[in-house]
Amino acid sequence: MRLRYLTLVAVAFFSAFPLYYSVVVASRHNSALAEVPPPLLPGGNLLANVSRVFDTVPFALALLNSFVVAGSIAVAVMFFSTLAGFAFAKLRFRGRDILLLITVATMMVPALLGSIPLYMLMVKLEWTGTMYALVVPALVNAFGVFFMTQFLSRALPTELLEAGRVDGCTTWKLFWHVVLPVARPAAAVLGMLTFMSAWNDYFWPLVVLQPDNPTVQVALSTLASGYVNDYVLGLAGTAVGTLPLVLVFVLFGKQIIGGIMQGAVKG
Amino acid sequence: MSALPLAVPRRRGRGVRHTLDVRVSPYAYVAPFFLLFCAFGLFPLVYTAWVSLHEWTLLEEEQTFVGLDNFATLLTDGYFWNAAFNTLSIGVLSTAPQLLLAIWLAHLLNRPMRFQTLFRVSLLLPNVTSVVAVVVIFSQLFGRDYGVINWVLSWFGAGAIDWAAGTATSHVALSTMIMWRWTGYNALIFLAAMQAVPKELYEAATLDGASSFTQLRRITVPMIRPTIVFVVIVSTIGAMQIIAEPLLFGASSGVGGGAVSGGPDRQYQTLALFVYEQGFTKFDFGYASAASWLMFLAVVLVAGINFLLTRRLKGGLG
Repeated sequence: MRLRYLTLVAVAFFSAFPLYYSVVVASRHNSALAEVPPPLLPGGNLLANVSRVFDTVPFALALLNSFVVAGSIAVAVMFFSTLAGFAFAKLRFRGRDILLLITVATMMVPALLGSIPLYMLMVKLEWTGTMYALVVPALVNAFGVFFMTQFLSRALPTELLEAGRVDGCTTWKLFWHVVLPVARPAAAVLGMLTFMSAWNDYFWPLVVLQPDNPTVQVALSTLASGYVNDYVLGLAGTAVGTLPLVLVFVLFGKQIIGGIMQGAVKG
Repeated sequence: MSALPLAVPRRRGRGVRHTLDVRVSPYAYVAPFFLLFCAFGLFPLVYTAWVSLHEWTLLEEEQTFVGLDNFATLLTDGYFWNAAFNTLSIGVLSTAPQLLLAIWLAHLLNRPMRFQTLFRVSLLLPNVTSVVAVVVIFSQLFGRDYGVINWVLSWFGAGAIDWAAGTATSHVALSTMIMWRWTGYNALIFLAAMQAVPKELYEAATLDGASSFTQLRRITVPMIRPTIVFVVIVSTIGAMQIIAEPLLFGASSGVGGGAVSGGPDRQYQTLALFVYEQGFTKFDFGYASAASWLMFLAVVLVAGINFLLTRRLKGGLG
């Protein structure tokens, strides 16, 4: 019994320590890093280091870009996934089951495989260097559709839809007035998950964006790779780029975790 | 899943529109996903195969058809096999201990206890951290001269380990980052499955005097096997595509030799990073596409083997 708590406390410590330590380093001078033993408490230099980050890379632009990209992707995914989830969960149409199966199967395709032609496509569309290249391919995804299908088939009472039909509602009106209100809690969780993964996305933005118009992750990698010995700078940027998300997560963690676990139950 | 009745009696005149609405609109609702997938998922996938059969670079206007030449060259390319070995090594090192640890943690959490939410939030915290942040932070922790990890190890008499320099040490460092980021996430997935296991099974086992570990082995693992299979497959697919960690590790650990090569001796260049190097720094699209397809075959092969292995998982883990 005591061993269980002890183990979990240890795991919680190892989960949190690297994040804590990044703040320690980010609030120090580079010279402090050469001390033995290494500094284990935060210093007073955080703000100075953060302002150095903003001087070195276009970090304000990066934050703005990331907010716009992750925000629009999250809203679009919430909307389109609820729409498709409603159709898959509650409407009857030919080929429904096979289409749902295909949707789930696409989750297994390694995303990296098509990255070269996808890049060529972006060059053709002249979207390289712009946020379109990030937003448009991500407007809806299989996970979101599946997630909302699962939720709506459980949470949306069929009688409610039938009553709406009898009152003469079109399918679209049903969606707007009956489905959306019911879907709201799950859609909110999906939105948060999507926002976080879009915010953290690194590989694709690195491929299609230029360093002068980056997202947060691309700007962070520029910081980390351009100034090899300036760990303080890299970690100050990391702190600014990560902490907003960590805060959101700590505030809404319970709901987000509930969402992840709900999405998982299906075996 | 229940469905709406197709027809509800209604006034004439609105009949056609109603039929259209009921029969056709569902397709419109699922269409955005399929359109997007065809354009940005399926098309690039198929086109990769086409490109792989050509001598195709960014700079040249003309693309010559070369059949399977790119594949033949790849199979004799030492760097390709090196990357394949590294992928497998890092994949095993990061995935196997991670999943065992995740199952055990889920088992520990699968009981009413205080601070349940706090523990869950802290488990998932690493997963909220971006991969860039993870590598930047861990490159510092794994630093040769002033890193915290070497400092702790020095208590036990270890010398200053140059983590990024060696093949084995760099694989351990990268696997640690991957494990740190994903163990908690997978533990929560396992926990979700465990909560669906009927409590009476555990009560009966406790009455019979079965230890907690025996219960985990004899009840939990067999009962959540579908979830284990699912997580193993997803983790395998993920592990075969590791790219951001080695790419950033090369850049931020300061070992030099260029980030895309995965260290000066290519000691931690993965397959995905090899594809990236060929495609996006040498702009040799044909060669990179061929490598993508071989990588895809490897993913299918390894995922298939793991599927068969985990499905045979019976009463115990060992």
